[in-house]
Amino acid sequence: MIQEIEFTLNGEAVTCAVDVRKSLLEMLREDFSLIGMKEGCSVGECGACSVLIDEQAVDSCIYLAVWVDGKSITTIEGITHTDGSLDNVQQAFIDAGAVQCGFCIPGMIISSSQFIKENPQPSRDEIRRALSGNMCRCTGYQKIIDAVELAVETK
Amino acid sequence: MGTNEVVGHSEQRWDAIAKVKGQAQFTGDFPFKNLLYGKILRSTIAHGRVESYDISEAEKVPGVVKILLPEDLPQNKYSTAGHPWTLIPEKQDIRDRTILTRDVRVYGDDIGAVIAKSELAAIKALEKIKVTYKEYPVYITPQQAMADDARRIHEERDNVLASSKVGFGDVDKSMAEADYIIRENLSTSVQQHVHMENQIAVAYQDADQRWTCVSSTQIPHICRRIIAQAVGVSWSKIRVKKPFIGGGFGNKQDAVVEPLVVAMSMACNGQPVQLALTREESIAYTRTRHAIDYNFAIGVKKDGTITAIDCDVISNQGGYASHGHAIGGKGGTFINAIYKMDSLRYTAKTVYTNIATAGAMRAYGMPQVVFALETVMDDAADKIGMDPIDFRMMNRRPDGFYNAMSNVKQINFKVGECLEKGRKEFEWDKKMAASKQYKTGVKRRGLGVAAFSFGTAVYPFGLEVAGARLILMPDGCFKLMLGSTEIGQGADTALSQMAAEAIGVPFKNIIRDSFTDTDIDPYDTGAYASRQSYVTGFAVKEAAEKIKAKILTRAAKMYDVRTEYIDIIDGNIIYMPDGERLATLEDIAMSSYFDMKDGKTITAYSSVNIHQTTYASGCTLAEVEVDMETGRVKLLSIMNVHDSGKIINPLIANGQVEGGMAMSIGYGLSEGIRYSKEGRPLNNNLLDYKLPTTMDLPKLEHAFVETDDPLGPFGNKSLGENPTVSPAPAIRNAVKNAIGIGINTLPLSPENVYEHIQAQQKGDVQNV
Ligand code: FES
Ligand code: FES
Repeated sequence: MIQEIEFTLNGEAVTCAVDVRKSLLEMLREDFSLIGMKEGCSVGECGACSVLIDEQAVDSCIYLAVWVDGKSITTIEGITHTDGSLDNVQQAFIDAGAVQCGFCIPGMIISSSQFIKENPQPSRDEIRRALSGNMCRCTGYQKIIDAVELAVETK
Repeated sequence: MGTNEVVGHSEQRWDAIAKVKGQAQFTGDFPFKNLLYGKILRSTIAHGRVESYDISEAEKVPGVVKILLPEDLPQNKYSTAGHPWTLIPEKQDIRDRTILTRDVRVYGDDIGAVIAKSELAAIKALEKIKVTYKEYPVYITPQQAMADDARRIHEERDNVLASSKVGFGDVDKSMAEADYIIRENLSTSVQQHVHMENQIAVAYQDADQRWTCVSSTQIPHICRRIIAQAVGVSWSKIRVKKPFIGGGFGNKQDAVVEPLVVAMSMACNGQPVQLALTREESIAYTRTRHAIDYNFAIGVKKDGTITAIDCDVISNQGGYASHGHAIGGKGGTFINAIYKMDSLRYTAKTVYTNIATAGAMRAYGMPQVVFALETVMDDAADKIGMDPIDFRMMNRRPDGFYNAMSNVKQINFKVGECLEKGRKEFEWDKKMAASKQYKTGVKRRGLGVAAFSFGTAVYPFGLEVAGARLILMPDGCFKLMLGSTEIGQGADTALSQMAAEAIGVPFKNIIRDSFTDTDIDPYDTGAYASRQSYVTGFAVKEAAEKIKAKILTRAAKMYDVRTEYIDIIDGNIIYMPDGERLATLEDIAMSSYFDMKDGKTITAYSSVNIHQTTYASGCTLAEVEVDMETGRVKLLSIMNVHDSGKIINPLIANGQVEGGMAMSIGYGLSEGIRYSKEGRPLNNNLLDYKLPTTMDLPKLEHAFVETDDPLGPFGNKSLGENPTVSPAPAIRNAVKNAIGIGINTLPLSPENVYEHIQAQQKGDVQNV
């Protein structure tokens, strides 16, 4: 079954006729060619597919596409400023050396951005808790947590 | 080294911006027209034979294009192991599989495949295929598979697929000279790589009628060979392209999906087919770290002298040979590398069983053997009442030791310096004294240490060939082309720094590529054995020196000076006697492209075969708190110290160390695939397979004993895998120091520790 939905995607009003069985991740990757979000598990375990839905970080692989009707979505592509320059969270990930293979990084940046908005002066432990749903096998998370601290400082 | 000083600086990874923008394209991110989707039909038993398939219902699923049974595909036997090819037949990997099989050797074996127009249709069809089996007894452990009445898992070969014995001296005599013999049994767990990007590959027939496979592989050139052997075409008919890779850690050093996806495309007239594994498939049905059982003995005198080491190894290979005995058989050399002893015996068997096939995983057998060695070393130190660091210090091999087992002179071997630095920076003595307050009650604290030695690349056991090509671009930048493989570790950036350093230009003048392409890039065996910064480093250095010489020759002619008076510094041609800038590199480059009379573009190529290695080393120090009521081990602090020569890029190197430590902390405390007695994996998902999260790791401290290795291309030695070796045994030793129980099975999960505490309280366990 196909359903017509309207939503805001990275600041732009869009519509999509989408198969009701599709996940948000599938719709974004297949129908909008937004490939920044990755699929690491497809069952809500790893956080590689994180997006913001109405300013909340969500695993888009276990969120049905049709549920975003009327909502506002930000993907990693929408974190980069419209002039192409990097957001300070992105810059902090680079400067802290938090990027290795990069597969988890879009999800990490999505989760971190929203978290810093909600908690502008977090402790290291609070950062750890906030990112506990995002898995990374390359970094041991240390530089990722450093990056979030750096993003807070450079805000 | 040079005048440019690019090496040794934390240059920004060239791919970092693309990765934070979500712009980096991994294999699953490329658009293909008319893409078909493949899925593997997996066995639901671990040992037996498929008697029949009923595909009638599956064929009716709309969107199904093809259902493939073993007989439909080439029957060539091959090995998935990503070793360089060898012309010596006895050294070739055991070819014990076909692309699909009726003979089931592991749960989830590839017994068929579906190709459909959508992934959903393929999955639906899979569910409708009915399979009947003849079942055989299932062997989970090597002991079961070695029983007299055990059936052969591979008809043509005994279940003990290889055995070896190395060493020196008279072990029995040396043991007799010891005051104490500490003999223990140890077992390691089945760790899985859990790279965040699952295995994925796309194959299609290209315009030239050859076959292209875009794949998340660590070994593009080797992968090409394996595909060609499996599908039965000559090697040049295959082209492998590797885009950005979401981690590999050795698992993508096996060609697990590539032969099948190429065969699928061949079965569909060359239409592009994608084969993407799910997380559940990737954890359970690809490769793992070998679970190894050790019977390990150390003979020691009261004064701390080690008389002998006697080690018997049984390595659980799982259903197919893959890297096989190369892992279980490897430890002897590295035991000899690190400690003095009069005699050493290292006997090893690698045994087929019906659990998942074990293969390469970061540090390739070293985490296992070092877990065994450092456990028994620690218990020996306890036995004679010596401080565990002092015991290791007094027995360590000196710098310059000649290791007769590998024919390697261990120049610049700094394990002693690592232990000393660790003792100081970790505040070992202070923490040890403080932990004495916590030896009773519910929460008990203790400290542990473990040391290791580590090779760089695979010489003298295997081929070490690498290549590099440099092209001078019109603006004075250089394109660096490599057959080596960036898999997230930062190799591309380190190698670009080396090129910049050797030519004499800023780092930003070197341009890399996310792709490694077997049609275009020079032959290099790929990402494993912590080899690329070393072996490919030599290739880069040679190509850079060649292109530099060509540029200087041209500049000398253009400016009518002798070549030996000019140099390239920071991208300029400098007349050295007075430091005058004669030209920019761009001036030379533009003339090389466009001068009517003398225009000739400048490129350089190198291929090296490196006949040397250098041994790295290091150690971990750990402090834990054990909850006696729950068995939970809390890691309070941990530090790795590494002797890895010159650090090419400190920020990237630190990242390698932290990631490796995290992987080994998981190995020590939580990770491991569990099997039912029928051989079914029980925890192949990210909820039940306990990968460390942000909440599970303490601060990861680390330090380097940095030296300029006299042999390394830029003073460097191995680093990528090394950090994964010693944390787990250091944690085990710390737990023993805390609670007085030496636990010799991994992981030290709450359940495992709790059971040991209970057993001791009931008096079942002999304390060490
Ligand atoms: S892909 Fe969505 S949580 Fe893993
Ligand atoms: S950087 Fe590789 S998974 Fe996080």
